[in-house]
Amino acid sequence: MGLKQNLHKLKEKYRGTKMAPAFNALHTFLYTPNDTAQGGTHIKSADDLKRTMNTVIMALIPCLIFGMFNAGYQHYLAVGDIQAVTNGFFSSEFWNLQNFILGFWKILPLVIISYGVGLGIEFLFAVIKGHEVEEGYLVTGMLVPLIVPIDIPWWMLIVAVAFGVVIGKEVFGGTGMNILNPALTIRAFLFFAYPTWMSGDKVWVEGAVERTKEIANGSTADAISGETILGSLAQSHPVDYSVLDMFYGFIPGSVGETSTLLILLAGLFLIFTKIGSWRIMLSATLGALVMGYIFNMVVDAGWITETSKFYGLMSTEFWHHLIIGGMAFGIVYMATDPVTGSQTNRGKWIYGFLIGFISIMIRVFNPAYPEGVMLAILLMNVFAPTIDHYVVQGNVKKRLKRGKLKTA
Amino acid sequence: MSNDIKIKKGLDIKLKGGAEKTTEKAVISNFYTLRPEDFHAVTPRLIYKEGAKVKAGEPIFHDKSNEAVKFVSPVSGEIIEIERGAKRRIMGIKIQADKEQTYHDYGKLNVDAVDAETIKAHLLASGCWAFIKQRPYDIIAKPDHTPKAIFISGYDSAPLAADLDYVLQGKEAELQAAITALGKLTEGKVHVSVGEKSNSPLAGLSGITLHKVSGPHPCGNVGTQINKINPVNKGETVWTINPQDLVIIGELLLTGKFNAERIVALVGSSVKKPRYFVTKIASEVATMVYDNGVEQGGNDRIISGNVLSGKQIAPDGYLGYYSNIITVIPEGDDYELFGWNKPIFDKISNSRALTFSWLTPNKTYDLDTNMNGEHRNFVLTGNYEEVFPLDIYPLQILKSCLYKDLDEMEALGMYEVAPEDFALTEFICVSKQPHQKIIRAGLDLMIEEIG
Repeated sequence: MGLKQNLHKLKEKYRGTKMAPAFNALHTFLYTPNDTAQGGTHIKSADDLKRTMNTVIMALIPCLIFGMFNAGYQHYLAVGDIQAVTNGFFSSEFWNLQNFILGFWKILPLVIISYGVGLGIEFLFAVIKGHEVEEGYLVTGMLVPLIVPIDIPWWMLIVAVAFGVVIGKEVFGGTGMNILNPALTIRAFLFFAYPTWMSGDKVWVEGAVERTKEIANGSTADAISGETILGSLAQSHPVDYSVLDMFYGFIPGSVGETSTLLILLAGLFLIFTKIGSWRIMLSATLGALVMGYIFNMVVDAGWITETSKFYGLMSTEFWHHLIIGGMAFGIVYMATDPVTGSQTNRGKWIYGFLIGFISIMIRVFNPAYPEGVMLAILLMNVFAPTIDHYVVQGNVKKRLKRGKLKTA
Repeated sequence: MSNDIKIKKGLDIKLKGGAEKTTEKAVISNFYTLRPEDFHAVTPRLIYKEGAKVKAGEPIFHDKSNEAVKFVSPVSGEIIEIERGAKRRIMGIKIQADKEQTYHDYGKLNVDAVDAETIKAHLLASGCWAFIKQRPYDIIAKPDHTPKAIFISGYDSAPLAADLDYVLQGKEAELQAAITALGKLTEGKVHVSVGEKSNSPLAGLSGITLHKVSGPHPCGNVGTQINKINPVNKGETVWTINPQDLVIIGELLLTGKFNAERIVALVGSSVKKPRYFVTKIASEVATMVYDNGVEQGGNDRIISGNVLSGKQIAPDGYLGYYSNIITVIPEGDDYELFGWNKPIFDKISNSRALTFSWLTPNKTYDLDTNMNGEHRNFVLTGNYEEVFPLDIYPLQILKSCLYKDLDEMEALGMYEVAPEDFALTEFICVSKQPHQKIIRAGLDLMIEEIG
C-alpha cells in the first residue's frame, strides 16, 4: 500500500510540470493509472497499448534466447571447438551453457544500448513536447538487437538508433504517426551508412572480424568464415546446411532472425492473440512463394543457365526462401506493424502479398545485398497509404452510387 | 426478400446486475429538472421565468432557432430555479411538483382522419416533437423536412438494456396511434425492428415493415438497422424514435394529455435489487437508486442511460429526457499493480493478449469505470472492424473527423452515423480514444459548415 500511496502523491506533485511525462512513464510501468472513463463509454476493455506491445515482446523473447545460444554455437562451431548439431532441434551441441554464456554477453549490451538510447530519446521528446511516453519503442527496442549482426560495434548501433528514433518516428509526432517502420529505418540506416559492416561473410559469426584483423597482422590462426545462406546463394556457392538446420535456425545470420521454427510459433501466437494481422502474414507468405515459384519456372524453362549470377538464388526451391535469411522474421514482426502497414483489411492482403513478392525479387536481383525483405517492407510502408486510399475509395464510390440511384 | 437483419460483427458485453422483471412504483419525486443539454444542438429560449406555475405538458422553453419546436414540463408545478453555467448558458430548469397533478389538455386527435400537417402541428405544440430524432447529425428532427423513412428499434442489445418487450406490454393502443400518426409524416415506410425471439407488442402493429434482428450488440442500435435496411444518402433524412417515447406520443394523441410516465430499468453491479420502476422523465434518480441497495456516499457512478452511451449524473441528478435505464457501476479510480502485463480474467477484451474473456463467453462481468490504460495515438488497425457492422471504415472516418476534412467526412458516410454507433469501437479501443466525442464534434462541425 505504501508504494502506491507514495507514487500517487508524487504524481500529484509532478502534475503539470515538465517532468510529468517522464514520471508517468515510470509510474504506469508499475501501476495502470487510476484514470476513469469520462464523457464516453463508462467502461473500457482490458487492453491498452502497453499490453499490446508487451504481447509482441513476449513473442520476441524466444527469438532473443535462441539468438544467444546461436551466437555461441556459431562461434564455437567456426573455431572448431564443437561439432555441428546432429539430434534435431533439441541437440545438446546447441543448447548448452557455454553457447548461451557467450551469446548472452554479446547480445545483452545490444539490448541495453537499443533500449537505453531509444527510450532516452523518447523520454526527451516526451518532456520537451509535453506528451506521454508512447509504448511503440518497447517493441522497436527489442527488434533492433535481433536484426543486426552479432559483432556490430556499439557506437554504430548508438548512432543508428538515435537516427531511427528521431528521423523515423519523432519528427512525425511519435508512435502512431510515423510512415516507416522505425526498427527497419535503423536497419536501413546501418546498411547504407556502413555497408561493409552489414554484409559480406565476416560479420555474422562472433569473432570473425577480429580474427581477420589478426590474420592481417600476421597471425597464423585459421580464418573464421560465417557466410549466410543468402550470401552463399547469391554468389552461387554451395550451401552445406540441411533444410532442417535452416528451419530450426542453426545457421549464421542476424541475431534473432534465424529460427524459422520459433518465428512460426510466435507468428501463430500473435495471430491467436489477435495482435498480429493474419492477413498480412498469410498474404506475404503467399507473395514470397509465388515470386519464388516464378523464378523456379524461369530456371526450369532454361532461360537462365548456371553461368548467370542470378542462378543460385533463382534456382533455390521456392519454399526455401521462407526459411533462409530474414524473410520469416520480417513477415511476422515487421510487416505486421499496424502503424506503417496498410490499415484496411482488404489493403492488408495487397500490402502483404507485395511485400513477399518484392522481397524475393530484390533477393534475386540484388546479389550485393541479397536480403530483400527489409527494403521490400520499407517500400511497401511508403505505398501503404496509397493502397488504403484506393480501398477506401471503393467504399466511397459505392456510397455515391447508392445516392445517385435514389435521386435519379 | 427477407426483412431479417443478421449481423456477425459486434460484441455482447455481459455485465452483472441485469433487471429482474418486476416493476415497482418509484417514490414520487418532488423535484424535476429538464436539462437542455439532452437536446443536442438546441439553444433554449425560456417561455416562463422563475416562479411561474406550469401544468404538466405545458411548454416551458423552445428552440431559439425554431420556435415551433417546444419542450414541455413533465409535471405540473412551479419553476423554482433556472440553473445557469458559463456565459449564462441554461444548464437546468428545476420544477417543484404539485401534490395534485394537473395536465394541459391538447385535445384528442383521431389520427386516422387527419392529415400530416395537423399531426405535425399537434406534435410540435405538445412537446412530443422532441422525441423524434433525425439522421444525419443525430439531433431533434427538423419539422420542415420529410423523412424518407422512419426507424424504430424495438430491441435494445446494449449492456444491461431494459427489455423493451417487457416495458411495452399492454401499450398496443398507444403504440398503434403513434405509428399511424408518424406513418403519415413520411413518404416511405415505418421500419420497426424486434428481437429474433421476442414477443414484442410492436410486432402486431399495422402500418409497419417488421424486421427481426439477431446477432451481437450493436444489432439493436437503430443506426445499425438503418445501415442494413435503407442507409442515409446525402440530402436524405430519416427519423428515429425510441419505442417507449411512442407510448407517450400515443397517449397524447388518444387522451390529449402529455404523460411523462416511463418504465425505467435500474441496473448495474452496484445495485442490490435491480428491477424496473415506473417514474417520470426528469425525476430525481435518488428516489430509486438509494432504496435499492446502492450505498449512500459509496464510490459508484450513476449513469442515465447505458454504460456505453449514457451520461454520468450526480447522486442528486435527474433522469435524462431519452433514458429508459439507470446504470450504477463502481468507480475504478484506483491503481492496479502491473495491470498492463498480468493475465486478466475479470475484464472483457476482444483480444486474447493474456486476456481470457474469450474462454467464458457467457460469464457476466463486474466492470468498473477504470480506463485500463492511458490515452494514445491511434495505433492498432483492424480491431474496430470486428465490432463495427456498418458498411463504413471506422478508423478512417474517425481520423477524418480529427483533421476536419468535410469532404472526406461526407464521402466516408458521416450522414449515416451517430455517436452511439461508435460506442463499441470506443470500448475496445487500445489507444483509449474518445470515439463518440470525436464523432459528435465531427457532426457538429458539419451542422455548422453545411447545415
